[in-house]
Amino acid sequence: MSEATYEHHDYDVIIIGAGGAGLRAAIEAKQRGLRVAVITKSLLGKAHTVMAEGGMAAAMGNVYAEDNWMVHFRDTMRGGKYLNNYRMAELHAKESPERVWELEQWGALFDRTKDGRILQRDFGGHRYARLAHVGDRTGLELIRTLQQKVVSMGTDVFMECKVLQLVHDDDGNVAGCVAYWRATGEFVTFKAKAVILATGGVGKSWKFTSNSWEGTGDGHAMALWAGAKLIDMECIQFHPTGMVWPLSVRGLLVTESVRGDGGVLRNSEGKRFMFDYVVDMFRAETADSEDEADKWYDDHSAGRRPPELLPRDEVARAINAEVKAGRGSPHGGVFLDIGSRRSAEFIRRRLPSMYHQFMELAGVDITRESMEIGPTCHYIMGGVQVDAETAATAVGGLFAAGEVAGGLHGANRLGGNSLSDLVVFGRRAGIGAAEWVESGGGGAGFNYGEVEAAVNEALAPFERAEGENPYDIQRDLQEMMQANVGIIRTQSEVDEAIQKLEEFTERVKKISVKGGRAYNPGWNLATDLPAMLSVSKCVAHGASERKESRGGHTREDFPKADPEFATFNIAHASHGGRWDSPVTTDHAPLLVMPDELKALLEEAK
Amino acid sequence: MAEVTMRVWRGDANGGDFENYTVEQNEGEVVLDVIHRIQATEAPDLACRWNCKAGKCGSCSAEINGKPRLMCMTRMDQLPEGPVTVTPMKTFPIIRDLVTDVSFNYVQAQKVPALLPPPMPEGGYRMFQEDVERGQEFRKCIECFMCQDVCHVIRDHEENKVHYAGPRFFIRYAELEMHPLDTNDRRDLIREEMGLGYCNITKCCTEVCPEHIKITDNAIIPLKERVVDAHYDPVAWLGRKIRRKTKRSADEAAVQPAP
Repeated sequence: MSEATYEHHDYDVIIIGAGGAGLRAAIEAKQRGLRVAVITKSLLGKAHTVMAEGGMAAAMGNVYAEDNWMVHFRDTMRGGKYLNNYRMAELHAKESPERVWELEQWGALFDRTKDGRILQRDFGGHRYARLAHVGDRTGLELIRTLQQKVVSMGTDVFMECKVLQLVHDDDGNVAGCVAYWRATGEFVTFKAKAVILATGGVGKSWKFTSNSWEGTGDGHAMALWAGAKLIDMECIQFHPTGMVWPLSVRGLLVTESVRGDGGVLRNSEGKRFMFDYVVDMFRAETADSEDEADKWYDDHSAGRRPPELLPRDEVARAINAEVKAGRGSPHGGVFLDIGSRRSAEFIRRRLPSMYHQFMELAGVDITRESMEIGPTCHYIMGGVQVDAETAATAVGGLFAAGEVAGGLHGANRLGGNSLSDLVVFGRRAGIGAAEWVESGGGGAGFNYGEVEAAVNEALAPFERAEGENPYDIQRDLQEMMQANVGIIRTQSEVDEAIQKLEEFTERVKKISVKGGRAYNPGWNLATDLPAMLSVSKCVAHGASERKESRGGHTREDFPKADPEFATFNIAHASHGGRWDSPVTTDHAPLLVMPDELKALLEEAK
Repeated sequence: MAEVTMRVWRGDANGGDFENYTVEQNEGEVVLDVIHRIQATEAPDLACRWNCKAGKCGSCSAEINGKPRLMCMTRMDQLPEGPVTVTPMKTFPIIRDLVTDVSFNYVQAQKVPALLPPPMPEGGYRMFQEDVERGQEFRKCIECFMCQDVCHVIRDHEENKVHYAGPRFFIRYAELEMHPLDTNDRRDLIREEMGLGYCNITKCCTEVCPEHIKITDNAIIPLKERVVDAHYDPVAWLGRKIRRKTKRSADEAAVQPAP
């Protein structure tokens, strides 16, 4: 097979994914004078980043002057239950403020303090009001700002172009990828000296999820197949507040800002139950009465934090327990009440999207009625193992940033740390890739055998006249993962998941697709499923291996954290590099934190 | 559980026709749920664009019973009894079924001169809430392009697309013009190349905006005033004459003062 077979492009750096991390990486690489392209399977500006609501965490100290990077670092590590890559947490805390201010130079319009600075709001697990925001549509502001910057720089963007697989060069470095155009179904190859993965998350493999169809773990899977390692894949964040009714919107996100701005959780008896679920780790800093908690909103020195603002893993487990104990709402959630606590005017100004979302989709007026909410699969802390400084993976020429990268958030991510992650490490990936290119990395050929194999694999479902409908497999996979590797896990269920995932692998090999190649969603789903399965296998194996409860991984049979498990990440590699190859699991020791950073954590205890 | 008949346009650039699908409809469902059910059962190759299913990304725009709507925010139980007709946006070329080629909008986006702020002082810019709020209204835009779809300047006149940016970009220009930090002057561009004068304020765009942005009142009319002020203000006119202006384009001639 030769270069002429398919449409072909040649760049210095290609970025797969056009969410916050991908666009920020593109800006950086482009600013350094490199030939850069962004490839996205959706239209530009539609990535999952738009769904982020609450804000981006950055210790600017605009509302509480006491705030600084050291407190942010400590909050991030505690929220992550110390499984974090400390260096990523440190860089993130130090660099976030610069990245927020930079967005303003590019046109972002954040909400303001009275003296004209960027307003910051409270969120779970952050000691001080720290989230720069625009009402409850901060993600939209972030993506639009970056999108407009990328476009104004004249960056090439390939839209609705789905990458199937990475391609290596003769030295075993990553040299580009093979993709297909959604509109025509024609294949296209991209050769590049460096590839940055910024493909987001994996949540579409669960039944109740806040993720869009795009969250199929393409980047996680492609990195795994290409020879990189995935870490912490068992650590999945179930956001405490997703909609539960109507069924058609079950899982749709309800922003944490509702709680940050005064909303509280109640059970069917009307009780503010979160006071019953404060674990020792957070007891000293959490209010023990409603009166104390309510004083805190206006003045953080007047009382301790309300328990509704514990980190997300704590709140999700508490809701789950209340529902299990029979104190849930009519549709299997609990109640989130802000209508009785804040004025209608305040709610409509601070939470316009939530007001709109409940009014139009559920017929509920949140200024007067409680919302019914429950946990929803939201975010994967785990991802591609990367170097903190450069976002480089173990494979030469391959970089990863944003949700697809692992390490920053440890076992549990704090709300607001994701948007800042995107810009801090998107930029670093851009620099890392540029330095790799500038130092002469990459360029040693392009393995057309891999292209051919990927194309044949993608076209196989058209050859099978009788076979399975990809939608059936997707639905069954989502139900299985929800039931067996959901918010609470046990060994027997996880073992069953591992065995069933092998059955799913066989089913995927029998998929049959109807229709032609032009904009065929059934075919597109058939090309998603191999990635979904590879990723799900890592999640299930990680969940089996981590015999303790920590952050976004809760084991009914091992309900406590085990200090032994706080010394390593569980890491996965592919044994064979194909989507149906076995996945191996081992332990990767955590980086050892320098004493001065350890001291920051000790002070906090 | 009820059943509903969906009349969905299927085809491509070479033509197409309606197909009827009779499918299940459950409590609380939106049009996109029912379209997804058709995909998962009878027609896995039915093309439609969607991402967030929460009214935040603006991908699933289509015409439902003839009106531009987001499929994810249109509840089935609020549509009239009887078959529901779903067609692609009319203003843009068809790719397949409900998916249209919206690249017109991405080309327009490339023409927008970026924000040009002064250097940032230590600790960030100071701007006040009341000053950023005007721009924030326009930045709520989710780029569903339904305002472009419904705008008669281009909906029925393909030839106007070459010299008309459309409502989505008028709010973008308005946002930049009203941005407290911006130092770029885009008024001539808006007038001469973006075709602001073609808009005769029928407010169709405002009516379809799912974010309830007052496109006409808060963006287009103030923008027309600014552009016209700049042009007919005798001092500004003289200044331009001395600097570089030599001729008036047809677009300029079409600009009328706002009523």
